[in-house]
Amino acid sequence: MATVFVNNQPVDIGNEKLNCVQAAEKAGVLIPHYCYHPALSVVASCRMCLVEVGEKKADGTISMLPKVVPGCQTPVKDGTVIVTRSDKARDAQERTLESLLLNHPLDCPVCDKAGECSLQDYSFEFGKAESRMHDEKKTPPNKPDLGPNINLFTDRCIMCSRCVRFTREISGTSELYITNRGDHSEIAVFPGDPLDNKLSTNVVDLCPVGALASKDFLYKQRVWNLKTVDSVCPGCSTGCSIHIDGNKGVIHRLRPRTNPKAQGHFMCDEGRLGFHYANSAERLREPTIRGPHGWTTVGHREAVQSVQQGFNEHSLRSITGVWAVLSPFMTIEEAYLLANWIRDFGREARLVLGPVPIVGEDDHYPKDCRGEASPGVPKFTIRAEKCPNRKGVEAILQHFTGTVLGFDSFLTALAKGQVKAAILSGGYIPLGRGHWFPAESVPLLEKINMLVVQEIFASALSQKAHVVFPSATWAEKEGTYINHQGLAQEIHWNSGPPGESRTDGQVYLDLLGRTGLMRAHQLRREIAQVVPALNQLSTGYLGTQGVLPGEAPPVQSQKRKIPVH
Amino acid sequence: MAYEPVLLGRANKADSTSLEGYRRDGGYETLGRILKEMTCDQVTEAVKSSGLRGRGGAGFPTGLKWTFLPKGHPGPIYLCVNVDESEPCTFNNRVLVEKDPHQVLEGIALSAYAVKASTAYFYIRYEYGAGMRIMQKAIDEAYAAGILGKNILGSNYSLDVFIHRGAGAYICGEETGLIESLEGKRAWPRIKPPFPAIEGAFRKPTIVNNPETLANVVHILQKGSDWFKSIGVPPDPKNPRDPGSYGPKLYCISGHVNSPGVVELPLGVTVRQLITDHGGGVWKGKKAKGCIPGGNSMGVMTEAEFDTPLDFNGPGRVGCLGLGTGAVTVFDEDTSIVDVLHNLCRFFQHESCGQCTPCREGTGWMFKIIDRFAKGQGRGEDLAVLEEIADKIGIMPGTTICGLADGAGWPVKNAIRKFRPEFEKYIQDGSSKRSKPLPMAAH
Ligand SMILES: Cc1cc2nc3c(=O)[nH]c(=O)nc-3n(C[C@H](O)[C@H](O)[C@H](O)COP(=O)(O)O)c2cc1C
Ligand code: SF4
Ligand code: SF4
Ligand code: SF4
Repeated sequence: MATVFVNNQPVDIGNEKLNCVQAAEKAGVLIPHYCYHPALSVVASCRMCLVEVGEKKADGTISMLPKVVPGCQTPVKDGTVIVTRSDKARDAQERTLESLLLNHPLDCPVCDKAGECSLQDYSFEFGKAESRMHDEKKTPPNKPDLGPNINLFTDRCIMCSRCVRFTREISGTSELYITNRGDHSEIAVFPGDPLDNKLSTNVVDLCPVGALASKDFLYKQRVWNLKTVDSVCPGCSTGCSIHIDGNKGVIHRLRPRTNPKAQGHFMCDEGRLGFHYANSAERLREPTIRGPHGWTTVGHREAVQSVQQGFNEHSLRSITGVWAVLSPFMTIEEAYLLANWIRDFGREARLVLGPVPIVGEDDHYPKDCRGEASPGVPKFTIRAEKCPNRKGVEAILQHFTGTVLGFDSFLTALAKGQVKAAILSGGYIPLGRGHWFPAESVPLLEKINMLVVQEIFASALSQKAHVVFPSATWAEKEGTYINHQGLAQEIHWNSGPPGESRTDGQVYLDLLGRTGLMRAHQLRREIAQVVPALNQLSTGYLGTQGVLPGEAPPVQSQKRKIPVH
Repeated sequence: MAYEPVLLGRANKADSTSLEGYRRDGGYETLGRILKEMTCDQVTEAVKSSGLRGRGGAGFPTGLKWTFLPKGHPGPIYLCVNVDESEPCTFNNRVLVEKDPHQVLEGIALSAYAVKASTAYFYIRYEYGAGMRIMQKAIDEAYAAGILGKNILGSNYSLDVFIHRGAGAYICGEETGLIESLEGKRAWPRIKPPFPAIEGAFRKPTIVNNPETLANVVHILQKGSDWFKSIGVPPDPKNPRDPGSYGPKLYCISGHVNSPGVVELPLGVTVRQLITDHGGGVWKGKKAKGCIPGGNSMGVMTEAEFDTPLDFNGPGRVGCLGLGTGAVTVFDEDTSIVDVLHNLCRFFQHESCGQCTPCREGTGWMFKIIDRFAKGQGRGEDLAVLEEIADKIGIMPGTTICGLADGAGWPVKNAIRKFRPEFEKYIQDGSSKRSKPLPMAAH
């Protein structure tokens, strides 16, 4: 057991190998830093984290090093003394900030980063209010086409080199480099080789200032107007922990949320930028029923009643003709409720897993110079399985049916005319890969007497339905996803679904005749009791990092920690 | 008694660069003998006991540096020869390499043997095209004669020497910048620890030395440590940390003197002796105003300080950073100190590699301020700001990764503190000429 003293406060760091920045963080003390990032190599070049360091001897005396040292580069051990706010340390920090502002445009009013900028924050907390600079600032030209997704405001750059190290160490694509020397240094790309890789937009989060901007988000919102919730990206089975930033019912951006149990610090561009469909004006907004005279918009209650009635009738006629297709985009709670409802008609009612979209192969990073995955443990993986919760939905299916029937069994039964009443849950992300339901099977849907479809957008499939429920996207509901390695994570809504839509879970509750609103944490407790394989949900809470199988879940809801990186 | 040059002993001979000529003068005999008679550790010990200190600028005891290599390392271990020589007005390495390449090569072979290096990289700045070609020829000759390559001179020791050309940056002379550059990367000095002796080029233990340091090794092993210690200056009794400044040194003299050049002298010659006895006196019959004592980084010396001995300890006594490269640049009484500093600041703002904030921005800011002086827009307060920046950047206060920043600050604080009235007058006169008001203080 090792004890480190941070500003006189003893902190037990156990056996961990930490540097001063990390040790101080354990004591709740922020040592300001720019170039240091836990996922990147240490370069100790920005000199923002200068602190005084010493050693407490066995006899209680303290000997301090004569000069300031960079906290990120200085390892701690038992007895290390860190002083972050002595006159000397404060002076060094103040000077670094003064230096950084010498050539900085301070165009915060038009800067995307304002409000979440560490140059602003540190200047306020550690800097001085006045400038002594009487000379012209450098004004290097901006590089709006650094990459298809990235814009560089060259003059705002503080040369921390995080972005460069990211492309060398994490993506391995090495597009970025630094050109020129001294205070003429600039971030640059080679002509014809833009910053274009599947992880490129992470440099925007890494950039401590507004130098690197995401073209997708640029000038869309002031960040202090955004409402942030913690969630999980539904783009693939990696299940990156994310923040959803939205305002007034519109999602404006997704950002990775650091989670060592899930993906680490980053997310891919496809997941990050793949949310726009949720803001679309084309989305289905009301439940509709197809009658002899065409489509009519109905109230939610009416739609639910007509589905209940239809399924009741058909289940009495042929229980094996009653089918539900559970999409791997559903939350565990939704899958559980739908399975419950279907199985209430009888044990013969059929439950199958919807198509699991697989695109290519797992894509590992960093890449080597030939664009192939480097040997060794990958630092990031974009998975080929393009859905967030196959494992969770399978666990439900396994429990209710003792097996996991694939989508083929549904198509076979459909072709044979054995499907009489069916509910097809959706939630599939429309990512330009074509609709999830095979086009050639669409005409066969005519044979179904009672087809219920839950969709985000109207489709050939929904055209064939008798009742259509407009679905909520993943950003509009709460629930649980289980990723490729069994990590169960909470998702949360940033805004409500549009128009008269309800979340799919609410629809199932209503179909089941259960009163009240959809409450994920209550359902998780229920599920854990009913489905032993999902014991990790037992307390109803999964914390900010999620719970792996066999791990003890937290007993209460956890507050989001504001990250300091 | 006139000093008989050792390092430049052959420099003026007609065939000073050929292997044949070098051998005729007893060249490579020491190497042959040492490889037969002494173990690696004995060589290191001999160099250590000679008190040889690095000639590259920092004056670190060479033998001691060699002992920092990990004991019993399976290899490879590398030796890097630092011929980046980018310090303005410094050209002693150039003379050494162009005039007597085999002496340097023998020093490389002996030192590489001492540190058990299997490969030596001869890192030479791009501008030294002639030096590169001369050295390449010497290397080729040496390979052909079995002096390099497998089983040197019939011994069990094998060594390869490769030339690597720099691409023109002062920072490539900083030893870890050199290593990065050698590895094909941008010369951004590395953070230490680990020091190169533990993890250097290609992540292997590496020793970086100046060629003049290595050339001295030949003579130490040939003539003995006692001979070496008979030259130069013993430790300063008032400075317990001074291990003494022994051996010969190549001094460069340039600037406003009648006959600039390189001269080999025992360590400890004074600036005044250098100028009058070897530089032909200050030009145009003028008096000197001051000098830069050992490359830009070492600061500024006034004429009154010219009796300071140029050993590793002397310049420090008058507030300079150190001996540096031993390259004295003289400026005459009519030179404006502001112009001198303007030039110095321009150099450092151009050469800062740019990774550490205090150095990148500090060197740039200092130049902008002094540039404003030159435009007649100096302000009294600026001097304090300049001094403050100069005092607070560098590895000494702990705010940067390498010593370039210390070197950038030193001439600024020296010049202002030693010539303050002249700065104040310059600002005053300039201000009266100022035509339009300065823009508002702005970030
Ligand atoms: C900015 C900077 C530039 C340097 N340039 C050189 C150089 O051109 N040649 C050199 O030998 N040493 C140079 N040095 C010193 C080297 O880092 C290193 O100390 C030296 O090569 C060691 O050799 P020595 O022990 O034989 O002196 C430089 C140091 C700094 C900080
Ligand atoms: S990067 Fe930060 S300090 Fe600079 S303009 Fe943007 S918000 Fe302001
Ligand atoms: S662009 Fe941003 S991340 Fe990249 S070096 Fe500049 S400040 Fe750092
Ligand atoms: S001190 Fe200056 S030259 Fe040295 S590493 Fe830092 S920025 Fe580069």
